[in-house]
Amino acid sequence: MIDTLSLPPTVQAAGLIGAVLLEAMVLHVGYGAVTSALGPSVKRALGGE
Amino acid sequence: MSLLLVGFFVGFGLLIGILFGFFGMGGSFLVTPALLVMGYPSRVAVGSGLAFVFGTSVIGALRHRDHGHVDYKLAVIMTVAMTIGIEAGKRVVDALHAAGNADIVISVAYVGLLATVGLFTLRDARASGTTTSVDLSERVQALEIPPMVTLRGDVRVSASIIFGIGLVVGILSGLLGVGGGFLLMPAMMYGLGVPAAIAVGTDILQITISGAFGAFVYARDGFVAIPVVATLLAGSALGARIGAGVSNIVDEDDIKGYFATMLLAGSVAVAAKRVGAAYDIGVLNTVSIALIFGATVVVSGAILLAAVCQLRDDNAGFWCRLSAT
Repeated sequence: MIDTLSLPPTVQAAGLIGAVLLEAMVLHVGYGAVTSALGPSVKRALGGE
Repeated sequence: MSLLLVGFFVGFGLLIGILFGFFGMGGSFLVTPALLVMGYPSRVAVGSGLAFVFGTSVIGALRHRDHGHVDYKLAVIMTVAMTIGIEAGKRVVDALHAAGNADIVISVAYVGLLATVGLFTLRDARASGTTTSVDLSERVQALEIPPMVTLRGDVRVSASIIFGIGLVVGILSGLLGVGGGFLLMPAMMYGLGVPAAIAVGTDILQITISGAFGAFVYARDGFVAIPVVATLLAGSALGARIGAGVSNIVDEDDIKGYFATMLLAGSVAVAAKRVGAAYDIGVLNTVSIALIFGATVVVSGAILLAAVCQLRDDNAGFWCRLSAT
């Protein structure tokens, strides 16, 4: 197991940016799938159809 | 982190995400003061705010790219110019600090700029036509200073002028210590004549790049609270998707009206906070916080309401008339 705290601060910071980017991409894809599945029916319901 | 706090951050992130996806601004402007109020140290509040803005803007940029709302040419020129401008702005701040009057100059400039851009945008949204912005952008587009570039929305404009605008926005951004979204979006819309949706999409891409750099600098010194960023992002990812989707439905003039409301509320909030701190009036700090949280809830609610009214083709109902700007 890698001890991340022993890594240089620049590497830790780059890792954090990478982790935020990864979370953002996963959420984008995940919520994308959810909105594709539910979006049209929510839109129809909000539109009063 | 308690479950209640997780719920608060996810909910707050959702509202900010809606504003961010819709306007292309409102990330650090809202998150940093909120974290300060909750007792986080100032550098952690700023660092976490930047990391959050980076994550949210990645999602916003991807969503706007899907809708074809990003102009990469414009984004590249603006990013280069703004990077140079921010560095110059920081030097101005250093000079003001050395002269001992940085705080007052920055506060007055911040409040004045927010109020000016807010009032200008509000006037434009209230006008029946958009004669002011059309006049200004047409004059700018008529200036044939090489090299000329063609942007999305069939806008032909001088790259030198884009660079000049980016430089000025960058200087102001570095001077005021803000992302620059609230300056960049109106500059693109009114100065260059870029359609509102493309201005928002391109602005978000630019924020992604500057947010990543800012977050990296703070993370290097350990000033990013990862659980805060992760939970805020969980909410804002959905909000940004909703906000970007709604910007496709709601009329451009409505976007301008909401944008102006946000800026004016921000201007009054900052002014109240500064006056409260200067004269030791505690209630003004509360007013400032209430304005920031209140504007977040009211404006994101108005955006959703406007979208529902548009979907229902309803512009006569009480709530729909209320949401129309």
